[in-house]
This record gives sequence, structure tokens and C-alpha cells, in this order.
Amino acid sequence: MSAATETALGLTESKGLGSRILKFVVYTGLFVVFGGPLLALLVSSFNHVSDPTQLSVFPKSPTLDNFKIAFDQGVLKYLMNSFFVVGFGLLLQVAVSVLAGYALARKVFPMMTLVMVAILATMMLPEEILALPLTLVLADLPLVHLNLMGTLAGMIVPLGAWAFSILVMTEFMKDVPRELEEAARIDGAGEFRIFAQIILPLCKPALGVIGVFGFTMIWDQYLLPLLVATDSSAYTLPLALRTLRIDPLVTPGVVMAASLLALLPSVLVFLFFQRSFARGLTAGALKG
Amino acid sequence: MTVKEAAPPSAAAPGVQRRGSGARVKARRGGRWWIPWLFLAPALILFLYFKFIPMAQAVSMSVQEVRPYLGNTWVGTANYSEILSSESFRSATWNTIVLAVGQTFGAMALGFTLALLVEGQTRKLSFIRSAAFLPVVVPMAVVAELWRIMYHPTSDGLMNQVIALAGLGPSGFINDPDTSLASIAVTGIWRGAPYDMMIFLAGLAGIDRGLYEAATVDGASTKQRILHVTLPGLRPVFAILFVLAAVRGFRSFTEVFLLTNGGPNGSTEVVMTLIYKLGLEQNRLGVGSAGAVLLFVATLVLTICVQLLRKGRSA
Repeated sequence: MSAATETALGLTESKGLGSRILKFVVYTGLFVVFGGPLLALLVSSFNHVSDPTQLSVFPKSPTLDNFKIAFDQGVLKYLMNSFFVVGFGLLLQVAVSVLAGYALARKVFPMMTLVMVAILATMMLPEEILALPLTLVLADLPLVHLNLMGTLAGMIVPLGAWAFSILVMTEFMKDVPRELEEAARIDGAGEFRIFAQIILPLCKPALGVIGVFGFTMIWDQYLLPLLVATDSSAYTLPLALRTLRIDPLVTPGVVMAASLLALLPSVLVFLFFQRSFARGLTAGALKG
Repeated sequence: MTVKEAAPPSAAAPGVQRRGSGARVKARRGGRWWIPWLFLAPALILFLYFKFIPMAQAVSMSVQEVRPYLGNTWVGTANYSEILSSESFRSATWNTIVLAVGQTFGAMALGFTLALLVEGQTRKLSFIRSAAFLPVVVPMAVVAELWRIMYHPTSDGLMNQVIALAGLGPSGFINDPDTSLASIAVTGIWRGAPYDMMIFLAGLAGIDRGLYEAATVDGASTKQRILHVTLPGLRPVFAILFVLAAVRGFRSFTEVFLLTNGGPNGSTEVVMTLIYKLGLEQNRLGVGSAGAVLLFVATLVLTICVQLLRKGRSA
């Protein structure tokens, strides 16, 4: 196979001048267009930016003042709220997904198809479409009659079951060889032991995928916290950005500093777990 | 649904390894009949509470006049006819479609082009590819606040300085009714294109290299190769990205809410911001729910159509 047939455009890692120039232009363009705005955010959070026209990608006399003012405005509390929601939310989501995945991948039972259809159907029912009734359900949970409005729990439990995570877990658990499970069963291992000590440890790559995607999904939530938070004490950091911006005494530099704090966790998770991310992208999108 | 609801539960002889017919042996091998349900219970309960009950409630509210503390009254299709005949809903629907179509095709076109250009040159420059992917993982609220500042309408604003390099502007961007919707679409494309690029790259990697070789041997030009080998090979990828992006575009909320909140002059009002205002600001839950149900039907129809189209073509 010749080198020229390896990609759609026939571009390769060749040493030709033309392809080098093209490569340089493409990558500079990519970096400027997609990295540029984020660079402006980063730089502006350390600059004195008293009005929006001073947003810039060039640092001048860096300062931490923006962060100080942001903390005075309670950003730390909002950040803690966000961490609380993402921490417990992810814990719940992963636990729910591995349990459901185990049943769907390792068991055959009546009405299994129906369960599968129901799970797929939830993908058509995002928070946006359910926004109005969700506020009513959260204000008075059927049967148990709990009011979760205004609480962080109200932002967590609706995200506890996520079809994407369950499907990724199911697909992965299907690939664990039957023999392992049968050997354990013959040795007298109970159902929960097989799940926790045989199947689960073999699913670490899938746990990485649902962990990374769950984290960014929960961290990115906006509408649900907006519906649930009845006053600013329950605000997550993404919600608080708008309040900060509306405050006439807060400069855009401070908003950018708070934005930086709001984007760092998910960006760091992405950078550290890129491999899990890449795996999940193809699993989620290409398998449907 | 091939599994019969009437299938006898295998609880009668738990745990015994007996050779029998297919599914029943497997079920028995897994232990008692309720074990799968035990594992599924948390997921099913959460889905019931936060997906299916709210959906049922949306449907039921959409045919009632919802009056908190006073009790609801049945109004039939009145909410639907009210929202369908309202000028604001019609213009919001139009804006939603324009925004969804613009974002979907913009992001796919840009993502596809970038994927073609970047393909095969991954090793040394993965750092830049990671940087290009960052917008996807940045929370939408941050993206909106950032672009809001970048779109500052005076000639000193960052985006105005950028377009001035090309001899354009200054533009009002999100503050000008003529450009506001397009500006939101650009922000959406900026955030969506890297995602599409990654998916296209994964798709490109799956195309049979032998086909490229054969096409080259047959004397096909690069353009012909893309048209007749790459594009057909990526058809499923296009279909999936289209559904994902279009459905996401239909329910755009955060970026619109934060960038313009429907303004200026209703030029960017989309269905979701309208539903939010109807339901939570004006407390018109019935009419808002009717809008939500219509939105659901629209996304459902779109998904089904694309799936049918895909099946029809591949068969």
C-alpha cells in the first residue's frame, strides 16, 4: 500500500514542503480558532478587565485581584456546591449504571426487551422537555412526598440514572467470558460476590468512560440547577456566573476568573482521562 | 418483544444446573428470577420518577388549565390551539429550526473539513488536537459568558477586532436583531465542530484503505475519491451526527438564555426559552407543557425519519 492512499485526502506525514505548509496553516488555524477564545478567558481572568472591550489574549501586569473579588462574592461556596453535586451525582450515576448493566448484560429474564426499550426511550426525554413537570415532581415526590426544590439533592437524583452510562456498561459487561462467572459460581460465590469481585474489576476501562462522561455531563448541567435552585444558596458555579455578570459592581475580569474556576474541573478531567474520553466518543456515537 | 410476559419464572427450581432449552437455562443459571430486577431497581425507579412520571404529567398538564391550589380543569386541546396560533410560538419555532439547522450543518461541515485535513497527522500534534477539543468539555454557561463578552458591540470588542482584520464590521452581533441568531449559531458551531471532527476522524479510520488504493489505481482524483469512497463510507456517521446535533439544536436553551434570553426584540426566542418563560415566569404550566409535548413530538419524528431513511438506504 502506498503512502498516498492512507487518508481520504492523501495527506500523510510526508516531508514535502507543500504538505508541511498546509499542516502548519491547519494546525495554527485550529489552535487560534478553538484555543484562542479560551486563551482570552485565561488571560483576562488575570488581567484588570474593567469593561468588555479590554478582553485580550495578551497578558498585562498579571494580578489575582479578580479571584479575590470573585471569592468575596461567594464563588467558593458555589464551587463547593458544584463539587458536592458532581461528587454525589457521579457516585450515584456510576453505582446505578453498573448494577443495571450487570442485569442487562449477564442475565436473561422476561420483559428484558421492554426494559431495554424503556431505557432507550429515556434518551428522548431530556431535562429540557421535562422542565416544567420536573419542578412539580421535585417539589413533591410521588409516594414519598419529599420536597427537593431548593436543595442540592434535587439537582443530583434526576441525573442518577443515565441511559448512556447504562448502555456503555451493558456492552462492556457482555464481553466478560462466561467461564469466569461459572467457575466462581461452582466455587460457591453468591450473586453479589460475582458482580463485585469477578465482573466489576474487569470493567475498569468502561468505568473510566462512564466516569469521565458522567463528570462532564453533570458539571455542564444548567437548566436543572436553574429549575431547582430557589435562591442563591443552592447555586452551582455555572448558575452563579450569570448573577455575577448582572451585578453592576462586578467587572468582566471577575466573571472570567469565576468562569476559569468553572471550566477547570471538566477540562482537567478531560486532559487526564483523554483515552477514556476517546473510547466513549466512538462507543457512544458510532454504536448509536 | 420476543420475550413473552407469560414466560414461567424459573423460581421453582433455583440454582439447579439442569440441561433444558435455551433461555430458561440461562435464566436459571443466573439464580432466582428477581435477581435481575434487584439490580435494575435503582435505575428503573429513578427513570420512573424523573423521566416517565414527568412525561406523563407534561401530557396531562397540556390538556388542562393548571391552577396551583385551586385544582386543574380539563380544557382539551385548547392549550395546543392557543400555543399553535400564537405569533410568538410560531416565530420561536422558526428561530429554533434556523438555529438547529445552522448549527448542525455548520458544525458538521467544519468538523468534516477539519477531520480530512487532520487525518493521518496525529502523532506529533496530538497536543493541538486536544486544545481544539477543549470547547466541547467547557461548560455551556462558561462558553456563553465568554462569547457574550467577545461579542461586545463596539469596535473595541474582541470579535469586532477580529472581523476588522477582514475589513468587516463593526457588528452588533447578539445585540442586533439581524445578526443575533447567526451569532448564537456561530457560538454553537464553535463548540460543536471539534466534537464532530473527532467522530469523523474515528469514522475515517474505519474506512477500508484498500478502497482508496483501488480508486487511486483506477486513476480517480482526490475529489472523486472523497465523493465515491469517503462520503459513502461515512454515511452512518453523518446520520448519527445529524440526529444528535439536530435534536440537541431543537432543545437549545442555555446558550440562548445566557447570550440573549430571546432578545433583542424576540429575534432569538427559541421554543425552549419560550417554554421556560411561559411555565416558570408567567406560571402558564398548561400552555408551556403543550409546547414541550410538541417539541418532544418534533424530536421523535425527526429521529424516526432519519432512522427509517438510514434503514431504507442500507437495505
